[in-house]
Amino acid sequence: MAENPSELHPPGPIISRREALQATAAAAALAALPSASVAATNAAAANTVTLTMTVNGRAHTLTIDPRQSVLDVLRETLNLTGTKKGCNQGACGACTVLVNGKRIVSCLTLASMHDGARIETIEGLEKDGALHPLQEAFVEHDGLQCGFCTPGQIMSGLGCIAEGHAGSPEEIQFWMSGNICRCGAYPGIVAAVADAAGRT
Amino acid sequence: MNVSSIGKPLTRVDGRAKVTGTARYAADFNQPGQLYAVIVSATVGLGRVTEIASTEVERMPGVVAVITHRNAQKLPYLPHKGVIDPAVGERLHVLQDDQVHFYGQPVAIVVADNLDHAERAAAALRITYAARRPLVDHADRTIERIAPKSADGSRGDADVAVTQAPVMIDEAYEIARENHNPMEPHATTAAWSGDRLTLWSKSQYLVNEQAEIAAVFGLPVENVEVICPFIGGAFGTSLRTWPHVTLAALAARQTGRTVKLVLSRKQMFFTTGHRPRTLQRIALGATPDGKLTGVIHEGTGETSRYEQFTEALTAATAYLYSCPNVRTQYRLAQLDTSTPNHMRGPGEASGIFALESAMDELSYKLGIDPIELRRRNEPRRDEAENKPFSSRSLMQCYELGSERFGWARRTPEPRSMRDGRLLIGLGAATATYPAYHAPASARVRLLADGLAEVEAAASDMGPGTYTSMTQVAAEFLGLPPEQVRFRLGQSAYPQTPSHGGSWTMASVGSAIRAACVEAQAQAASRAVADSGSPVFEASVDDLEWSEGRLRRRGDASPGMSYRDIIARTGTPVEAEGSAQRDPEVAEGYSMHSFGAVFAEVAIDPDVGTIRVRRIVGAYGIGRVVNPLLARSQCTGGMIGGIGMALMERTVLDPRDGRPVNAHMADYLMPVNLDVPKLEAYFVDEVDPHVNPLGVKGLGEIALVGTAPAIANAVFHATGRRVRSLPIHIEDVLTA
Amino acid sequence: MFPFTLEKPRSTEDAIAAAASGARFIAGGTTLIDLMREQVECPDRLIDINSLPFGGIRVEGEDLVIGALARMAEVAADPNVQRLQPLIAESLIEGASPQLRNMASMGGNLLQRVRCPYFRMLDAGCNKRTPGSGCAAIDGLNSGHAILGTSDHCVATHPSDVAVALVALDATMRVKGPQGERSFPVEELFRLPGDTPHLEHTLLPGELIVEIRVPGGPHSRRARYLKVRDRASYEFALVSAAAALSIEDGVIREVRLAVGGVGTRPWRLRDCEAALVGTRPERRAFEEAAQLARQGARPLRHNQFKVELLPRTVVRALALAGEVA
Repeated sequence: MAENPSELHPPGPIISRREALQATAAAAALAALPSASVAATNAAAANTVTLTMTVNGRAHTLTIDPRQSVLDVLRETLNLTGTKKGCNQGACGACTVLVNGKRIVSCLTLASMHDGARIETIEGLEKDGALHPLQEAFVEHDGLQCGFCTPGQIMSGLGCIAEGHAGSPEEIQFWMSGNICRCGAYPGIVAAVADAAGRT
Repeated sequence: MNVSSIGKPLTRVDGRAKVTGTARYAADFNQPGQLYAVIVSATVGLGRVTEIASTEVERMPGVVAVITHRNAQKLPYLPHKGVIDPAVGERLHVLQDDQVHFYGQPVAIVVADNLDHAERAAAALRITYAARRPLVDHADRTIERIAPKSADGSRGDADVAVTQAPVMIDEAYEIARENHNPMEPHATTAAWSGDRLTLWSKSQYLVNEQAEIAAVFGLPVENVEVICPFIGGAFGTSLRTWPHVTLAALAARQTGRTVKLVLSRKQMFFTTGHRPRTLQRIALGATPDGKLTGVIHEGTGETSRYEQFTEALTAATAYLYSCPNVRTQYRLAQLDTSTPNHMRGPGEASGIFALESAMDELSYKLGIDPIELRRRNEPRRDEAENKPFSSRSLMQCYELGSERFGWARRTPEPRSMRDGRLLIGLGAATATYPAYHAPASARVRLLADGLAEVEAAASDMGPGTYTSMTQVAAEFLGLPPEQVRFRLGQSAYPQTPSHGGSWTMASVGSAIRAACVEAQAQAASRAVADSGSPVFEASVDDLEWSEGRLRRRGDASPGMSYRDIIARTGTPVEAEGSAQRDPEVAEGYSMHSFGAVFAEVAIDPDVGTIRVRRIVGAYGIGRVVNPLLARSQCTGGMIGGIGMALMERTVLDPRDGRPVNAHMADYLMPVNLDVPKLEAYFVDEVDPHVNPLGVKGLGEIALVGTAPAIANAVFHATGRRVRSLPIHIEDVLTA
Repeated sequence: MFPFTLEKPRSTEDAIAAAASGARFIAGGTTLIDLMREQVECPDRLIDINSLPFGGIRVEGEDLVIGALARMAEVAADPNVQRLQPLIAESLIEGASPQLRNMASMGGNLLQRVRCPYFRMLDAGCNKRTPGSGCAAIDGLNSGHAILGTSDHCVATHPSDVAVALVALDATMRVKGPQGERSFPVEELFRLPGDTPHLEHTLLPGELIVEIRVPGGPHSRRARYLKVRDRASYEFALVSAAAALSIEDGVIREVRLAVGGVGTRPWRLRDCEAALVGTRPERRAFEEAAQLARQGARPLRHNQFKVELLPRTVVRALALAGEVA
């Protein structure tokens, strides 16, 4: 048996030219500093972009790494952890938010491409201490168990209703199939979306 | 106690937190100044690490540390085995040597100032291996089978009985490896303060995670605190403390900073357990009128080389039906993979698929209705243990279920039912799961404002522990549920068993009941000692609690509330309670839940698509604490069963053991559109033996039975008996 | 993910010039960002083309013209699309999820990369990702792979649904590039893997898809897309078929047939079409013609079932389109 049987191809680029340059500059400048502060200064050397996003009605001016997804900006930069990372591959729907009124998966959306965007997340639905009718309906119909997919389900449900796809339980099932619920709270989710669609 | 909370369909007390995004899961506890860690997973299936090019990665932007076996601290790894750890073997010691035991094993951890830097650097780390070909296919007959301790059971002579039976079947069954795939990835944030460690970590067993990590790092148990108020689904994957928890703590210690570590979805297929692939054989012998004369159940599960994971694969076969000759055998195949672990309905879900498929097959061979066949073999007592069942309502479940399902409309011939072009099939299967009870404790505090605080180190992965325990405490304190605050998810709270095995209500609920009774006794003795109280110097026998108020028996006065008592005595009442099963009762009865599951499928005869149209389940599970949540748990289990029957499988590449479909788009689980009308019913069942609450547990049995009911329906629709799960289009295409 | 710079072009010409010098276009990003995260794609410059004027849907005579930047959801919901080319709407809503359909552009959909698991894994051989590194799928797990148009170098299936519909409908596409504009059939966008599987399409460096033109005809209204899969939604096709029929006086005058999930590119079934013209729209005729669909099929170890499922899917799609039981 040959060594490294799964390494069937020559390695690709491991570290890019730009990364090497940044690293060299940072390392040279900070050789004498303790490790904890190396990180912060390295980050400053990195490529960043500045943009404005309105999240739940509040404008934020952010300087971010262009690689950051809307999801990571929400969770790690703004500490809005209500939006969940289930797969980070667009395959589960847990990270669903509304961008300019449309439901999208925030994990596959670069924040740097959404300068000026209006983003709504689960944290923005409650108004003056009153739940949104869809939030209420999720509780009443027990459309949740562990609750982890719930923010994504609710934001997706808002999109589903707004798109006019909540006319029947079957229609809701079809148009809510981009949100996986491993606990299997689907019957309650469908009932909640139907109920809220009727109320609004 | 006439304010009844148990049995009410309360909506979730944590519902508001969950629909507003304020419920915080393990990855939601961002700490000031935290670093981000990313695990580097082995890309070979067996061998050793020969070279790690850390130096250049250490210089990449934002990187704080690259930790490998070369520079990782040597950890004490003191002996520790929790109830959920395999009895034989030793846990993976992470980054302590150069050995790679399976594909995806952590071989390094990269720590950086932000997630993008950490992910990029982890991907850039070049590791060279000396690799060998792993053995990962447990159908490979050259792999030695080992017999775990007390794996076999026998009564009579089953082999002779089956051979000599007038009617017999003898078939092999296979179930693919499954991954739990909860929506929430495993995550741990670790913060050290001196030699004290705080872990915000996804765990179904906080006190074990605390003890495990204390043992790994050689710390006193009380130096470790585990916090986990919400679990985003687990289904067993968070019962054990996996290597990433150690890695988070190690990275935090080596960098001197708080470290947040979240597994990628792909890594969720590597080191966090899985339902083992199983190979089974069932042989049944019967008389022409359908009386079982012999049952053989042999099963093999996969495990790792370093631990022997066992589950109750063949256990239910011993007690489920009446038969004088039964033999069960359980073996393990040790493979170059990570250790499996319990996944919803562990053992039973797989074993019952084989047994109930075989029973269905036998019913056709005999020309007897499948439910009638089970009736003819209904035992009066547990024939394996030779003791009575504490309660058993299987036949009532079949009666209720067949009525609600409309079993009578089923025509027995395969392929005899149609809806237009579609082939329709109806199938049924038995479900069962043990009614466990483990020692647990809880604390109740009656406060001056009239609220009761209840605490236990329990978990809520979705069944509604917050809500149902609130109901239990409300019931036994005689308070409305709004006046009870139940807290869980901290290792510092009174100890509870793991949140799994359908024993949380039996165990923690009974402990809360005991704590409530103790709190009432303390409140009463304060009142009796209080010269200004209306019950001053009353004898205990002369007192009664009603709706949270203390009176002399027969006294019509308002009596004293907890608040009154505390107001007069100044300090809150605090009481602890614990509960465990009485050993004599445990010895005297066989305790299990039972259920009957019915499924209807529609199969497109042209293209083979299989859609479940309806599932009805009827369950005998003792007392139902909250019917709303219990129904949700049941229908959720049925959906898990649809996944097991028709979708789920983790496929390993035999060349290097990699899970090829380690991706949410490639590991199929039911989506909303897959879910048909689901109905769950509970038969009235009073079990005075099982525990003080009379509850038998629900989480596991909700899944058990669904897959065989669907498989039996597929046979009825097509005439094609599929004995391996999942059943895919290609299995019925030419039926 | 490798670091990159994101550029917002001031004009189409800017964007094309940047792409011609090595930058990558990004619209919805649903494929590209996912693969960049896996480091399968490692562009160091991205050009955000969303502000370019290639959105929208319009009708020109009998033709439906779809902007390359129109989103899948927008196209599927468009009344003109639903009225003139329901096959396109049906194929779109069977793909991905509502959220992804809100994000993914039509141009990006056509250029989406394959779903072969080994393509996504840097530690496995993949000639498409790393030319010359071998194909781990041929001797690996290959139940989802192609049976038509494969080579000894690549067996990955083209994943798009709407591309199957567009190929069936003889759609054409207009592209702009450094050398100007050109139009060609959508079918000609896709290359067979041959011994160069890393070359997936026929666009020249810097070329940008700007619109898709779908000619209408009597077949357009009697057209169905059938997607066969184990999960009811949110799964790529095992086999899919787009069928469009023009029936006059009880006889098939014209038929358009293409299949997905089985080919290394969207697969037009011209022999089946020819066999059906002039026959009555009946199950037996469909079954006979559908046998031709698997001509040249080269099954692998785990996808043998597709050889059987393919003609069955074709028959069923024809039956749906012809409203035949």
